[in-house]
Amino acid sequence: MMQKVNSRNRQGLSQLVIPLAALGILILFNLIRGIIIGDLGFFSIGTRVNNDGNLVLTGNIISIIDDASALAIIAMGMTLVTAACGGQDISVGAVGAISGAVYVRVLAAFGLDHITFPGVLAAFAAACLVTIIFTLFNGTLVSVFKIQPMIATLILFSCGRSIAYMITGSATPQLNAPLINSIGKTIPGIPIPTPIFLVIIMGLILTLIFKVTNLRLYTQTVGINQGAARLNGINPTLIKLLSFVILGICVTMAAMIQVCRLNQLSHKTLLDAIEMDAILAVAIGGNSLGGGKFRLSGSILGSYIILMLTNTLNDMSVKPDSIKAYKAIVIIIIVIAGSPGFKSKISNLWEKIHGIEKKTVSGEVH
Amino acid sequence: MEVLTMRGISKSFPGTKALDNVDFTLRKGEIHALMGENGAGKSTLIKVLTGVYPKDSGKIFVDGVEGEAHIHSPQDAQNIGISTVYQEINLCPNLTVAENMFIGRTRGSRVHWKENERKTNEILTNLGIPAQANQELSHCSLAVQQMVAIARAVDMNCKVLILDEPTSSLDDKEVQMLFGLMRDLQARGVGIIFVTHFLEQVYEVSDRITVLRNGELVGEYPVSELPQVELVARMMGKNLNDLADLEEIGQKKENVGNIVYEAENLSSSECKPFNFQIREGEVNGFTGLLGSGRSESVRAIFGADRVTGGKVKVKGKSVHISKPHEAMKAGIGYLSEDRKRDGIIADLSVRENIILAMQVMKGFFHPMGRREMEKFADEYIRTLKIKTAGQETPVGSLSGGNQQKVILARWLLTHPDYLILDEPTRGIDVGTKLEIQKLVLKLAAEENMSITFISSEIEEMLRTCSRLIVMRDRNIVGELTGDDLNQASVMQTIAGGGR
Repeated sequence: MMQKVNSRNRQGLSQLVIPLAALGILILFNLIRGIIIGDLGFFSIGTRVNNDGNLVLTGNIISIIDDASALAIIAMGMTLVTAACGGQDISVGAVGAISGAVYVRVLAAFGLDHITFPGVLAAFAAACLVTIIFTLFNGTLVSVFKIQPMIATLILFSCGRSIAYMITGSATPQLNAPLINSIGKTIPGIPIPTPIFLVIIMGLILTLIFKVTNLRLYTQTVGINQGAARLNGINPTLIKLLSFVILGICVTMAAMIQVCRLNQLSHKTLLDAIEMDAILAVAIGGNSLGGGKFRLSGSILGSYIILMLTNTLNDMSVKPDSIKAYKAIVIIIIVIAGSPGFKSKISNLWEKIHGIEKKTVSGEVH
Repeated sequence: MEVLTMRGISKSFPGTKALDNVDFTLRKGEIHALMGENGAGKSTLIKVLTGVYPKDSGKIFVDGVEGEAHIHSPQDAQNIGISTVYQEINLCPNLTVAENMFIGRTRGSRVHWKENERKTNEILTNLGIPAQANQELSHCSLAVQQMVAIARAVDMNCKVLILDEPTSSLDDKEVQMLFGLMRDLQARGVGIIFVTHFLEQVYEVSDRITVLRNGELVGEYPVSELPQVELVARMMGKNLNDLADLEEIGQKKENVGNIVYEAENLSSSECKPFNFQIREGEVNGFTGLLGSGRSESVRAIFGADRVTGGKVKVKGKSVHISKPHEAMKAGIGYLSEDRKRDGIIADLSVRENIILAMQVMKGFFHPMGRREMEKFADEYIRTLKIKTAGQETPVGSLSGGNQQKVILARWLLTHPDYLILDEPTRGIDVGTKLEIQKLVLKLAAEENMSITFISSEIEEMLRTCSRLIVMRDRNIVGELTGDDLNQASVMQTIAGGGR
């Protein structure tokens, strides 16, 4: 029995080996670099008093986890869409701009001078609703009309930011209320940035959904074998649409975090190019981009790896314009290390080295 | 003269010894059947021969190659004249026959399509394959596609042709066509390794038989010296006496109860209107040639295709069934014909595959607990003797017969009143086949389950069914019961006329 439990855990967690190793190597790299240059500032966590007079935590590690929040939340939704549909939604950045525009528009309707808690809630609810309508548009193209996800979402990818512009106009409204800072930065009295909690909350909500419904089993079944799913009484269209609804909620949450963090809305830059990072986070997390089995924790880990990488390169004073090239090199290595082709090559090599031992072992089993 | 000699081949996978010191020889111009139950090592032997798996030890000699042949990839195998045609045809259905014949074989950058088409037509006529070079492959029947795959292999100067379950999706006429081609190639000196589950076919075309069991060589026999029963006994490692017991799979149930399911003028996008009913504890079957509409009819019953009309009553009550979920709620289970496409969820575990249908019936908001799932999975792994390393093993890594048992377990777990089994025994070994037939009779007798059993092997249906519905050209053309249940009258009804 004990052995059974162990093997189950091992099988489930094997997906996380590569992302965990990547994270470990990044940390190790920074540690060694810190020792060599005699400055371990990368790891230092301090406190300071911010403009509002609150005590907040500072330091690289905190800002990495904080900055990755929007990405991590979108990556969760992307993971579900990927698992169910075997493809990705590339319009999340653009739809996020729409979401942020609706959010700010509703806040403005209540008056930007006195932002209240009910106002924020109403704005979030309205933004959620509108965003879900847009992601459902994508979902319908994908699940009902069977258009490849990347092509289907290309439409909103190209026109989403124009729609956001139409909602807010050319103005970039400033949001300077304490409540906004509490969402995007820190709540007075709590030194940890709020977005970090929002990631945890979103993760817990999804975990709870997986606990009380069959969403995980159905999503994986649909992603692996849609025809068989149907013959077992599962409605693949519904499951795919559901994944897009959840993505919509995730996108709204991410948009809200970014708007509140920057205290302003810019339809051009809000969640700019986040789709590619989100897809990358899903892949780094060991999830198959072809759909099927998935692990949310992998994607979240992937998000932190991406941000840590960017941050490390920044810290090494790589010029902002060349960061992407360096980032690409590291990402190629991570993605290859996690690929099935690489794994089978390694296990072949392993077999060659340990070939003789293995034979005797299997002989005993037989 | 030997065209291929394999000596002392061994191959281990973690936990199992798939091949243990196996010898195999193939002569020029011979059809050699490679026989064994699932997991006997047939596929492994072939994969070693074609370079898919590296062998642990042993030697391979191929005619025309000095010394030992070193085969490290399927490409290597092809270069020295070993070609394989798999059950699932590895061609591109959206390309033409000629393109499929020459794809990946052109040297240099220029392709002479005109020339290739001419050559293709020549080969096709030469081998008597009813296809045109400029025809899209998907427009050809499965049998012809298979023959094109063989023609392609032969055209690449193959000396050893491996046919892995080539007949499992063909009907009798197509099988004969394929056999014609095989004999033709045999006469041209090609050595053919024939892997199949159909015993009759082995005796129809083969010259010699090699039997494997549990990764070991049982023996090599000329066909004339190994009667069919002996072959089965060797494959199963049982004495003839045991076999006699196995043949006795149980008694058919004679008295049946009330009508469980009744359809009137049921039709779907794939089948014409038909009437059908089944009673409690009854086992019946749909028979007919491939494409006669037998699978389409049961798919209509389960709501798998778009239902276009008809009245359905379950236990006397009118119900509407237009999708699988509704059928499941009405107490119907359906094991589909195509295990890979419509049955297994390959990457999910044995446990998840077993509980899937029951879980869906419980509903989206009522997930089963881990312990409950494990209990059920455990129970069915034991009762159906599913061979798996554990509950968490991905079902895709199991052998065909065991995958089928997993799907069977999935439906049995829902305790259906009416279970439809479409080709439950296709592509699985003799032992498992008998087990499944036994189980069908037992379920009908002990649990009063109504079962529709469809199989390409008429004997199997005669043994299990008390009523046979015969179809031809998408119409029900007869219903056989009692004394009419014999091979001759089934054949006659299928063929039509003279009745």
